[in-house]
Amino acid sequence: MTSPPRWRRFDEWDTRPLRHDQFAVEDPEAGFATFHSPWDPAPSARVENGRVVEIDGKPEAEFDILDSFIAAHHLDLDVIDEAMAMDSGEVARMLVDINVPRERLERLARGMTPAKLASVVSHLSSLEITFAYSKMRQRRTPGNQAHVTNAKDDPLQLAADAAVAVALGFDEIETTMRVASNSWSNAIACAVGASVGRGGVLFQCSIEEAEELRIGMAGFTSYAETVSVYGTEAAFVDGDDTPWSKAFLTAAYASRGIKARCTSGASAELLMGFHEKQSVLYLEARCLCLQRAMGVQGTQNGGIDGAPLTVSMAGGMRELMAENLIAVWLGLECASGNDTRVSESEIRIGAKITPYLMAGSDLLCSGMGSIRKYDNSFNPSLFNGEDVEDFLALQRDLEADGGLTPIEEGDIRELRMRAIKALAAVFRELGLAEIPEAWMLSVAAASGSLDTETFSTGEVTRISEAIRDRGLTAVDAVRALEKHGFVHEAENLLLMLRQRISGDYLQTSAILRDGKVISALNDPNDYQGPGTGYRMSEARRQAVNGVRDLQTREKVLDTERRVDPTAEPWLIAGREANKGTDPREVVIGLSPAFGNELTQTTAGHDLIDVVLALTDGVREGGGNPRLVRIRHTADTSFLGLTAARLSGSGYAIGIQAKGTAVIHRAGRLPHMNIELFSNAPITTLDHYRAMGRNAALHALGREPEPVIVPTEGQALGARYHVRVAMLYAIETGLVIPDAPPLELALSIGQGGMQQ
Amino acid sequence: MSSPLDIYPISEEAPERAVSASGMPLDRLTLDAVVSGQVGARDIRISADVLKLQAGIARAAGRDRLALNLERAAELVEVPQDVILETYEMMRPGRISDPAPLSERAEMLRREYGAHSIAALIDEAVAVYERRNLFRRRY
Repeated sequence: MTSPPRWRRFDEWDTRPLRHDQFAVEDPEAGFATFHSPWDPAPSARVENGRVVEIDGKPEAEFDILDSFIAAHHLDLDVIDEAMAMDSGEVARMLVDINVPRERLERLARGMTPAKLASVVSHLSSLEITFAYSKMRQRRTPGNQAHVTNAKDDPLQLAADAAVAVALGFDEIETTMRVASNSWSNAIACAVGASVGRGGVLFQCSIEEAEELRIGMAGFTSYAETVSVYGTEAAFVDGDDTPWSKAFLTAAYASRGIKARCTSGASAELLMGFHEKQSVLYLEARCLCLQRAMGVQGTQNGGIDGAPLTVSMAGGMRELMAENLIAVWLGLECASGNDTRVSESEIRIGAKITPYLMAGSDLLCSGMGSIRKYDNSFNPSLFNGEDVEDFLALQRDLEADGGLTPIEEGDIRELRMRAIKALAAVFRELGLAEIPEAWMLSVAAASGSLDTETFSTGEVTRISEAIRDRGLTAVDAVRALEKHGFVHEAENLLLMLRQRISGDYLQTSAILRDGKVISALNDPNDYQGPGTGYRMSEARRQAVNGVRDLQTREKVLDTERRVDPTAEPWLIAGREANKGTDPREVVIGLSPAFGNELTQTTAGHDLIDVVLALTDGVREGGGNPRLVRIRHTADTSFLGLTAARLSGSGYAIGIQAKGTAVIHRAGRLPHMNIELFSNAPITTLDHYRAMGRNAALHALGREPEPVIVPTEGQALGARYHVRVAMLYAIETGLVIPDAPPLELALSIGQGGMQQ
Repeated sequence: MSSPLDIYPISEEAPERAVSASGMPLDRLTLDAVVSGQVGARDIRISADVLKLQAGIARAAGRDRLALNLERAAELVEVPQDVILETYEMMRPGRISDPAPLSERAEMLRREYGAHSIAALIDEAVAVYERRNLFRRRY
């Protein structure tokens, strides 16, 4: 015997998208550890003479830059002894206890070292982390952030796509460039595009810090999240900063009225080669303590660029949620990652986002790609333009608010063109460019930059440099918009400038809704169990549920029930049907709505053709078909059995209008049929003909091979059951209890069939 | 008893206190004013007073770290952009090999802009950078 063959299922698995993903073994020495590493310190803290002199086993003399900053600015001396003395498991239980208020836990976090915070959340399962996150997150109303970029840095496309992102409900949009010198063009294009429609959306242009501050000062942008921090000293220095330089930068952003958040995420240190053999969660806990210490209002956290590496490890997705939990527990706004495409498997992608949809988050994605994957200059996001509708469906499935709202095709047409025209007006007014109409039409229709006829990247650079060199500001854009009739857009852009003066969006977790700031201060998460915390309003629920192409009864009946009242009836009912005597007879029992209220199967076959296929098949098999109308039932089995009891041969076919059909024999139990076509949507006329033939062969005492309707595994329920249920209700509505079957004459077909 | 939280959001609860760095009150920042050329770059800048108000609000909300940051920000409002960027650059690791210029910068910010908490932050950095040997050239 040769060796056993390879199971071909493995060949198939090898071709699945999942197999592109890499999975790594746990190896703490190499930095591959999610929650625990033997090199992680045990939690400890010691205070002497009003100073913290030990953190997590390290004496003050050995403090690195992170320890020093955390000791000086994070740890609260009034809380530290109490918090550090508590049992980690006990604190973990408090995190999931609806009776322990968020504020009490936040107070304790202010006295906990990174190792302590990590040890607490390590006690929690994925479910418990999700639940604790829903309780501890800062703003009650969830929100979301979009990436708006394209591969050409095309300002027209940026404007149109920014307008779409705003229409979809994103609270923040973030852009970046392929070519750094295009930043000013990107900034003005997104700012103008985002002013179309709803308006009031925070906007960021991600670039080198000095330039980002300048663009912010010019009024185009309103937030920044490029303030990266790292969990080891070596990585921090390699990242070209220290906690003090970042704290200074954070204050600098606020001094210009720009909302800022830090960025950190698991595995960044691992990618940079400075992990010190410590678990990614412990390193991230250090980052987060540091961020609170710096006084930044929030964090972009949860893997970010390191997310794919983190999920290559066992428990990686759980770890990403755990670090998000530490962030909100420390009182930080959390833009909770879910940005980098962590997998090629759509199943893993859907699983990744689900806990966040259920728990809610200040910003579920710290950049969902609202554009096509290839246009994302940050790299593809977890969800992208291609799968925005999948996200909308998940919101609806879970009745969870992920911050997005379905959009209407017609509205979007108008919106995209208006954004493009608004930007064209600004460019014209400011003497930056004249836009040909052909470009406008091309960009308005384009799904991505591969489809566009527009500026070359070099032309964009010239526009961008002109904006910078001439010192143009958002005020100039407001004036240009107003002058060219874009008054609504001018008002929206001005709204963002007015908000900057009041500084309201500098507070924790601030976004704008309906032109007003909501934050952790005036919309605090007050979750304390069922009936509390965020609940969608009825209007919001309706909006979330209104995804594209909803099936309604009217719509289904209009398309499926093509009854022509002027047509001659082709099935003519006669007297009550009796039992036949012809041993070659095959009765075909038609359901109550067959051929009158309903005229086609779910596969789209006209019922006339179906009847002709069945009757022709019966004749081919040597039988004689006889049609009856069954009125007391619409159930396939009972249609078949009723017909069989009328049949001279004892064999019959029962069929519903939607096309489900059965061969039955008198005397059998109702559900013990002989052959069944249960998948009407994939049943062809040839199958019906073959069924007729087989019924006849059974009648003649033969034993034909059953007809098999092959399925390719389609989700037929998903594809058809809404329509089936609506149509089947018509059948059942026509059922008359106890009404006897009637003879049916067919007025058309092979010589007609007279009874 | 009134709390700083009562004036949040300032744009809705106390718009008269929202005054830009140039002294322009929020209610004069209208589309008409922009169109008629009465609004310049400085009119769309946040003021130190508003940042201090927001710091008070943050503190009242139990967010003292954020409050401290907003107070540092208030100190930087009048610091010119190039000074800010230059100071930031000096604070980055390995930019200078001698702590003196950074200490002098702290002193200058304290003296010329009253930026006491910013200066304290820089002084603290100098001490830690020396201990951790970060005053070394990286390029």
